[in-house]
Amino acid sequence: MTEVVLGINGISKAYGALQANNDITLDLRAGEIHALIGPNGAGKSTFIKQVSGAEQPDQGAVTLLGDDITPLGAVARAQKGLGRTFQISSLAMEYTVLQNVVLGAMGRRGRVMRFFAPVLKDAALLNAAMRALERVGLQDVAHVETAVLSHGQRRQLEVAVALTLEPKVFLMDEPMAGLGAEGSQDLIRVLDALRHEAPILLVEHDMDAVFALADRISVLVYGQIIATGAPEDIRHNADVRTAYLGDDA
Amino acid sequence: MRRETFVNIAALAALFVLPVWANATGETYWVTLTTKVVILAIAGVGLNLALGLGGLVSFGHAAFFGVGGYVMGILASHLQDYVPLLTWPFLFEGSNQMPVIWLVALVFGALTALSIGLLSLRTSGVYFIMITLAFGQMLFYFAISWPAYGGEDGLSIYVRNEFPGLNTLVPIEFYGLCLTVLVAVLFLVWRISLSSFGLALGAARQNAERLQAVGIEPFRIRLTAFVISGAITALAGAMYADLNRFVSPNMFSWQTSGEIMVFVILGGVGRLFGPVLGAALFILMEHILGGMSEFWHIYLGFVLLGVVLFARGGLMGLLAGREVSHD
Repeated sequence: MTEVVLGINGISKAYGALQANNDITLDLRAGEIHALIGPNGAGKSTFIKQVSGAEQPDQGAVTLLGDDITPLGAVARAQKGLGRTFQISSLAMEYTVLQNVVLGAMGRRGRVMRFFAPVLKDAALLNAAMRALERVGLQDVAHVETAVLSHGQRRQLEVAVALTLEPKVFLMDEPMAGLGAEGSQDLIRVLDALRHEAPILLVEHDMDAVFALADRISVLVYGQIIATGAPEDIRHNADVRTAYLGDDA
Repeated sequence: MRRETFVNIAALAALFVLPVWANATGETYWVTLTTKVVILAIAGVGLNLALGLGGLVSFGHAAFFGVGGYVMGILASHLQDYVPLLTWPFLFEGSNQMPVIWLVALVFGALTALSIGLLSLRTSGVYFIMITLAFGQMLFYFAISWPAYGGEDGLSIYVRNEFPGLNTLVPIEFYGLCLTVLVAVLFLVWRISLSSFGLALGAARQNAERLQAVGIEPFRIRLTAFVISGAITALAGAMYADLNRFVSPNMFSWQTSGEIMVFVILGGVGRLFGPVLGAALFILMEHILGGMSEFWHIYLGFVLLGVVLFARGGLMGLLAGREVSHD
């Protein structure tokens, strides 16, 4: 059986009386894209927060390559190899595209507490940054201020920053959100190639992208996983059709 | 050449030329006034590192300014009064040597900033402003109630401290020394702004969540910036005390914190030479308008209002335009 890279073992989270996540168990194996889908309010964002380390689960555990990373915060999880993108682009808007990507390369290499050498003359960081930009097709706008990028370019930049981290796992929170058909297709190609570098846990609403990319799909409804399986199994699962996909899927 | 670089060079040239001209024409008062500008600019550059680059709106930087001042006052007064500062574990009679005083001021400024930063940087926004203000005021009242060093009357030092190879009592020589320190501090902050640390600090201001996602802890970055900022401001405090040969609790007051912040805002938040322009404009207004009316702060208020409402980049923004990211 393929190695489990990321393990989510029975995590639960409640906000007062609201049980946002209830005993969620799923895993992510080497070389795969595992998509998590579900209707609005299903608890996907809560789930992402617990996996990324932004919040701690009330119970359950998160493991990365067998190590329990549950007590770790977002910074330590990123250092351990969890590369994430955000549902709403979360970038340093005043910086250029290149500066945003160099930031990721700095974090990956631990080259942060350097006070005198100009960071944009560090060949190792620049090379890593430019490679990541070329992967997503943003090399031509490397010196453009991030604030003036289109929405689609910002989504691509999110992926490029995650790439510079050379993560063991990609955690992608709706990377297709707001993209047009062409933008989605471009990003699908990028993600498809990425799975061989690190598996991807993909939280996504775009069903075309999910069914084009995912090796396995888990469906989250009212905080609980109601089904996990191959895309075709999920497409024909009666519970999933009732709760989320509908009869047209 | 970028417009801002041109303005920076022009400002630096003015700081070189004007006092030399004033000295040559016997107008030593202007040399002393420019010395004040330069020293206060150092304090502003210190704050600008935290405020401009890091987005840390510290309303308590007078704490570090005062610590620097009192370091100078305490070290020099013990030597002046022939009362040893330490008799155990070794005899230390104090010092009238600026390099020693500056080093101690830098260390104490950094330690004070570390203590304040460790607590205050766990908050943000208005809470951070209030906590830094509270720390500044705590030190202000501590200085008032410290009779050994003058209490609310402050502490006078009768002879300006010494610097090897210079006669610091000659205004133009002391000015040259202060200008050298300002240039060194500007160079340091410029290099920091281009470095890995500077990039991370700017990202901490813009989007801390992004910084965390790439495995960099914003708290550590902010704390380091706050400590460097505090140390620079303490150095300015020690020099300011030497300029006036007087230290008082007012150096710790919230008005002093406000004035340092005004230098930064007037000149241009986050712009390298912003605090230099801001301090120059402030002191010039104080000198010219202060001579006409004791209520000159009203006019300063109007200028500040104008800058905040119509020139967000401060004086530097007016002269050099909006800061655009470049790499």
